[in-house]
Amino acid sequence: MRTAPATRPAPSPLRAGRRRRAASRRRAAALLGVLVLALFALSLMVGQTFYGPGEVWRVVLGQDVPGASFTVGTLRLPRAVLGLVAGASLGIAGVTFQTMLRNPLASPDIIGISAGASAAAVIGIVVLRVDEALVSGMAIVAALVTALVIYLLAYRDGVLGTRLILIGIGIAAMLDSVVAYVIVRAAAWDLQVAMRWLTGSLNGATWGIVLPLVVAAAVLMPVLLAQSRQLDLLQHGDDTASALGVRVERTRLTVIVAAVALIAFATAAAGPIAFVAFLAGPIAARVVGPGGSLMVPAALTGALLVLAADLAGQHLFGTRYPVGVITGVLGAPYLVYLLVRTNRAGGSL
Amino acid sequence: MTDSHTLVAEHVSLGYGDRTVVDGLDLTVPPGRITTIVGANACGKSTLLRALSRLLAPSQGHVLLDGKAVHTQPTKAVARTMGLLPQSPLAPEGIAVADLVARGRSPHQRMLSRWAVADEQAVEEALELTGTTDLVDRSVDELSGGQRQRVWIAMALAQQTDILLLDEPTTFLDICHQIEVLDLLTDLNRTRGTTIVMVLHDLNLAARYADHLVAMCGGQLLAGGTPEEVLTAETVERVFGMRSEVVADPVSGKPMVLPIGRHHSAQPVGHA
Repeated sequence: MRTAPATRPAPSPLRAGRRRRAASRRRAAALLGVLVLALFALSLMVGQTFYGPGEVWRVVLGQDVPGASFTVGTLRLPRAVLGLVAGASLGIAGVTFQTMLRNPLASPDIIGISAGASAAAVIGIVVLRVDEALVSGMAIVAALVTALVIYLLAYRDGVLGTRLILIGIGIAAMLDSVVAYVIVRAAAWDLQVAMRWLTGSLNGATWGIVLPLVVAAAVLMPVLLAQSRQLDLLQHGDDTASALGVRVERTRLTVIVAAVALIAFATAAAGPIAFVAFLAGPIAARVVGPGGSLMVPAALTGALLVLAADLAGQHLFGTRYPVGVITGVLGAPYLVYLLVRTNRAGGSL
Repeated sequence: MTDSHTLVAEHVSLGYGDRTVVDGLDLTVPPGRITTIVGANACGKSTLLRALSRLLAPSQGHVLLDGKAVHTQPTKAVARTMGLLPQSPLAPEGIAVADLVARGRSPHQRMLSRWAVADEQAVEEALELTGTTDLVDRSVDELSGGQRQRVWIAMALAQQTDILLLDEPTTFLDICHQIEVLDLLTDLNRTRGTTIVMVLHDLNLAARYADHLVAMCGGQLLAGGTPEEVLTAETVERVFGMRSEVVADPVSGKPMVLPIGRHHSAQPVGHA
């Protein structure tokens, strides 16, 4: 015998609204996820020779497919994985900084952290002529040191904010001039290698380059995600966050170290892909809407930007452009727009 | 229940960098009562409130919550006992009222814990007490100043703390909303026994709504006691450097300050 379905009490408007908004945020994030998967698959399929999904899948599973095994397995797969993980790392690190400092300009690529990595790498290549692994190591250390210097210069009574952004922009300009100086004096041969450190590119991606980044992302992203609730409370100001039980300084230090390390590893592997860290958060915020953590959506948006820009750079134009050129073209107008808007009224995400 | 929580400042000195703002101040907050702090601009009122709420560590002395130095207690544990509404809290763009008020439950949640029935009830109750139930789906950005302030208070109420500190909760509000907010806090104090400490700008409102009135001047506590004890023409002159007459407020019977000023006085006023 069937019993009548138990009549559940109608959820309160409070609960219904919160559920509705959370569900809509999840749907939007899922949509971003599907788009990322589609672009990732597309990156594996298209190129000089087209391989269908079936062939690509067999290669990914490790089967030997004549032709495809080399093209897809050795050339395209590391490149696509690099795009995916570097984009996600830049996206999540960018939105972490923007949320923490309550300012969309506070992205690590605007406040000089990526520039620190670039300057160290270019010096390593052109002046010291060290090998690739050491260049990556120098870039990572330089990014962390740059972040530390900016933090110390901006720190006063634990209050950070606009001062940190302005100091960061100044440091970025200084480091960019170091890069320009070194490049001018570089031999033509070194220039080729050094260019990767200026624009950001997925060219020449090998597992040797990709794996350290994948490991770093697997460790550091969970660290950031664990702090996402505290980070969201920091949006209300340090005082309110602290009154709500957030250990402000400790949270800030944890997320700064994790985010800077992520940026450093991503930059060491793919160069400072312009504006991805800067754009991912604000785009993700528009897509998923307010009220929830932006970390996952921004990571997906970052991956989406890099994969899409790399596909476009490789196939849409007569010349092949590195991914950083395409993201640079997208990001620059937005930066100008933000600077104009922030000048008029205090900006936030 | 709340009578068990005590908040005491013992000879605290407070400052930013080398600048000392509050110097050797003692204050015992009466449990279960409403305490208001008044004083001229830059006298250290807000700084004192920041120290009480553990945002600022004293350079000397202690702030004791339930007899233990508040700065050595875990942030989250303190946040379950004592809430704070700062003067101008920030809201992320576009956040809905319900989602904002729900964030008041943070100190009661663990990292991966689910939203519980108790959380739901606390938020519902906070919305009801502040009359913001109808606003739940609205974006905080589009609210009026009075509505927004009630939403912020709702967030602090959802935290369900026995002590609530507020830094000028009536600033930027017109007079009817000021009264609304102060009545709401009084309700809270009378029905739940919540200990309330607030900084207020308006002397007359401070006198009317306080059980315990504290007057500060130049980083020192000048007087503390019932409004009748504290609010005299002499205290007003010492705190604000202003001559006044203090009469009984015809509505509440509490003291009311009438500034004299240089003009408009019915009796000729000589220069003191």
